[in-house]
Order: sequence, then structure tokens, then C-alpha cells
Amino acid sequence: MKILIIGYGNPGRLDDGLGPAFAERARALELSGVAVESNYQLNVEDADLISKYEVVVFADASVDAAEPFEFQPLEKKAPMVGFSSHSITAGSLLGLAEELFGATPAAYTMAIRGYDFNEFGEVLSERALANLDAALEFFAGWVAE
Amino acid sequence: MTTKKITIEPVTRVEGHGKVTILLDEEGQVSQARLHIVEFRGFERFIQGRPYWEIPVLVQRLCGICPVSHHLAAAKAMDGIVGVDVLTPTAEKMRRLMHYGQMFQSHALHFFHLVSPDLLFGFDADPLERNVIGVAQKFPDLAVQGVMMRKYGQEIIKATAGKKIHGTGAVPGGINKNLSIEERDGFLKDIDQMIEWCRASLKIAKDYTLEHIGELADFGSFDSNHVSLVREDGAMDLYHGNLRAITSTGEKIFDQVDYQGYFKYIAEEVRSWSYMKFPFISSLGPETGWYRVGPLSRVNACDFIDTPEAEAARKDFLSITDGKPNNITMAYHWARMIELLHSGEKIRELLNDPDLQGTDLMAKGERRGESVGLIEAPRGTLFHHYKVDENDQVTMANLIVSTTNNNTPMNLAVEGVARKYLSGAEITEGLLNRVEVAIRAYDPCLSCATHAMGQMPLVIELEDAAGNTLDRRVRG
Repeated sequence: MKILIIGYGNPGRLDDGLGPAFAERARALELSGVAVESNYQLNVEDADLISKYEVVVFADASVDAAEPFEFQPLEKKAPMVGFSSHSITAGSLLGLAEELFGATPAAYTMAIRGYDFNEFGEVLSERALANLDAALEFFAGWVAE
Repeated sequence: MTTKKITIEPVTRVEGHGKVTILLDEEGQVSQARLHIVEFRGFERFIQGRPYWEIPVLVQRLCGICPVSHHLAAAKAMDGIVGVDVLTPTAEKMRRLMHYGQMFQSHALHFFHLVSPDLLFGFDADPLERNVIGVAQKFPDLAVQGVMMRKYGQEIIKATAGKKIHGTGAVPGGINKNLSIEERDGFLKDIDQMIEWCRASLKIAKDYTLEHIGELADFGSFDSNHVSLVREDGAMDLYHGNLRAITSTGEKIFDQVDYQGYFKYIAEEVRSWSYMKFPFISSLGPETGWYRVGPLSRVNACDFIDTPEAEAARKDFLSITDGKPNNITMAYHWARMIELLHSGEKIRELLNDPDLQGTDLMAKGERRGESVGLIEAPRGTLFHHYKVDENDQVTMANLIVSTTNNNTPMNLAVEGVARKYLSGAEITEGLLNRVEVAIRAYDPCLSCATHAMGQMPLVIELEDAAGNTLDRRVRG
């Protein structure tokens, strides 16, 4: 089974970097059949990327997920045209992958609880780091199953 | 005087991220519109004390939408710090390729993802249809083009900057890699297709503008000054040049200004209700000296474009205003697609230049203590200004980002739309749609890359002068 992790967020905005940190730590685990990508945010071209995988895990920081993380199946969603930002949500990306490429990968969100977002700094808070450890431990077990 | 406030506020994890407040007078008429955007805060403090060579990478933490623009503007400033005024041909062309890749993917994404739903379905279409999935369902070829153009530009960035996040390609005095033959051939294989899609995108934007010219001429439009970099011969140059400012009718306010002295020509005003400053042309003052930047201003301000198809498109664009600057806000989209085509042509030109495979990557000079780097980012002129002490540490940073340059125009665009479409004290779907459309024309960057899991809702509040909420709507 081909699994893709996309970790996203801004590593320069403290706990917003949880997604990329999850991706890089998962990459270091060298899990069989698992590919890893990370970026500041999801973008429309990721519809092409995820269409090539059977399972996709979207890893992101969350301001309100249950501690230490929430791992849930993801359904496709219709996107809303935003004010500005070029990002697209994971659910919308699933919808786009199906519309454009006929791809329907199984998808999950790994929402890792973060706490500090509104300052600059390339460091995760202690509590966020603990949540990241827990998320990785869970994920490695989930892949093994 | 009794006033009422209508507030449109996107709620994100960034506190006070951005909102629109429309102030009504006692007759219920719009008296003013205010677009509140929380500019990045504390960044100058964050980089103080850091060694100058880290800055081109550090500044990419600012924004996940246009990190390459910050990377290159900072690198240009740091070129000055290391005393380099002229890069090696390979370094300059690699940076240009990176920049045109950024311009290409950003303009393509904005047009296909954010703008095409408005143009293809109309401003009043159901938001459930007026989105990129709606475009994919009804115009699947167009949607695929948008995705593949975006991907192409991103791959160019990866090949020139080294990676997608926190690219390291541009370094003070040069570049740290060239383009391999394999990378070049991979891009050359697809460039003609990309340019063909640019032509098609340009046609959509042009046709839409001309078909709706009557409505658009009165849609958040106003006369304004325009500022951009131009080359020494007056050509459009998105990577480097001197500053030019023109009036709404094309008279030059200043021209060929070395941007190392930008602060003698551009000043910034602070207003109590906004975190974001309001830049203006010093000689004109804040009342009349505000200006626009970005694709519309660049196409208006330059004397010509040095790629044939984009130049033909520029002449076509200016023909509807008898060669004078075009001041229609929604014409930004047409101008943006001219730049998309120009970027495609430039990428092809660069890919065929053997200098990209050169090995002379770095230049050297005599160390300086202060330098400015400017670049024409996708959204407009981006200013980076630094001072560095004898210990190589940054002691001062001043950044004027593209969206800040467009602060007053965006406020005026919203105000114009509100004056025309607000009826009574009710927040209608039509008003909200049109406020969004007017802001989107400027392609503002509001996010600094901090995003929330899930959809960003749009909250609209109607308040009276005492702060009582009269009406509230949420979209998303």
C-alpha cells in the first residue's frame, strides 16, 4: 500500500511548524511504503500529488484538537472561495483530486495540538513536542497494522 | 453624528487577522470603509542580532504564499552588504529563473483558484458552485491547466532555490547552484505547452474585461498613481530596475530612482485604526500621494515589455484607454495574465541560455553597513532595507511589503463597492461577494502562512456606534 504524509505549516511560527515537524520525524523513521512531503500550506497542485497514492495523511497543527492529537478519517468537502490566502483545505483537495484526476485515496487528518502561534520563532513549545512524540508513536503503530 | 458599523471579519488562528468595517452615517450612507490587516508583527525584532547571511532564508518565515519574493529581496539587499553590485551571469539568471517561476505559479494559482470562479460563474453565483471544484466540474480542462501551471512554477522554484520550504538558492553575492542539463531539459519539454495555456488564460481575462467593461469601470475603480520598478530603458523588469512613479494619466512623478534611496521618495503614514501603514509619495503628501503597485501598475508604468507576445498584449491592453494608464481595479486580472505570459516567455528565454549551466556562482566586493533590496513580487513592489554592524549582525530592518503598498487603494476599492451595493443596513450576500471580489483583485497577502485546520469562515457583523451587534452572518 502506498501511503503519503503531507505535513504542512510554517516552521517559523512556533507550533505552526508541527505539521512539517511530524513529516520530517516520520521521514526519519523510514517506514516501509510511506512517502513524505512537507510544505507551508496545501496547494491545488497537491491534488495531482495525492492522486498517486492509496492513503494520504494530512498532518497539521491544531488550535483546538483534543490533546495530544486527533487522528480521523477525512471526507472530501466543497471549498469556499477565500478572501485571499492561496491555501486549500485537505477536504477540498480530496474533492479536487477526484474531480480532476478521478482519484479517491483514503484520507486521514493528523491534527496535533499546538499552543503558541502568534510569534516568530523556529521552536516548538514543550507541550507541542510531547504531543508530536505521541502522534508519531501512534502513527508508526498504525502503519505497522 | 450617529454611525453604524458593518464588519466583515475572517476568523483565523492569527489574532485580528483581517476584517472589513464599513462605517455608515446617520442617513445610512457609506461614509468610509476600512480594511484592517494585521501586518506581521515583531519580525524586525526577531531578526535583529542575526548574522546577515542568514537573512535570505530567515525572511521566508514571514510568508508561505510568497517566500521566494522575500528570499530574493533579502538576498539582493545582502548583495549590497557584501559590496556586490553586479552578480555573475549565472547567479543573476538563476535568480531570475527562480523569480519568474514564482511569478508564474503565483499568477496562475490566483487566476485559476481564486478569480476564475468569479469570472466564470458571476459574482452572485452560489459559493457552493463558485469555487475551484465548481470550475473543475464545469471547465475540467481549465482546472487541470491551473494545477499543472502551478506545479510547473513550483518545480522551477525547487530546482533553483533547492527546496520548497526555506529555499537556500540565493546567497549574499550570488547563488549556490546552477541548473543541470537534466533539469533544464525537463522544463524545456513542457514550456511550449505552458505558454499556450498562458495565451488561453490571457484571452479569458481580456474577454471578460471587455465584455463587462461598463460594469467593471464603475466597480471599486478610481484614478491613482502607480509605482513600479522599470529597467533603465523603461522596459518592464520584475527582478531588478529603478523606481518609477506615474500619475493616473501617465505623467512621471519620479523616474529612474536608485532604490537605495527609496526613503527620500516614499514615506509611510500611521493611522490609529490600522496596524498596517499607509505608504505615499513624499513629494505629494499622504492625501494625494498614495499609489498602487502590482500587475496593473507595472503594465501601466513601463514603456514596453521585452518579450514579443506580452508586448503585443500590453499594447492591446492600453488601446482601450488610448495609451493612457488603465485605472480599472478589475483590470488587475487582465494585467496579471499579461505578466503570466511574460513570465512564461522569460522562462523559455532563460532555459535556452547556457549561462544557467555556468559554474561562476559568486561575486565579491567590499563590505558595507547598509543596503536595500527591491523586487517586483507577484503582488507588487517589495522593499527590504537592512543595517548590519561590524560584527555582521543585523541592527535594523525595515520591510514594506506589496500588500502594504496597496493599503489605501484596497480601502478605496471596498468603499466604492460598498457605496454602490450596500442597501439599507443589511449585510446581503451580494455585498459580501462584491467586497471579496474587489479585495481579491489586488491579490493581497493576508496570511503570513499561518493556517487553521478546516475552512476559514467569514464573519460579518453589523454594529451601531455604541458597539451593539445589529446583524451577524458567517460564511463557511
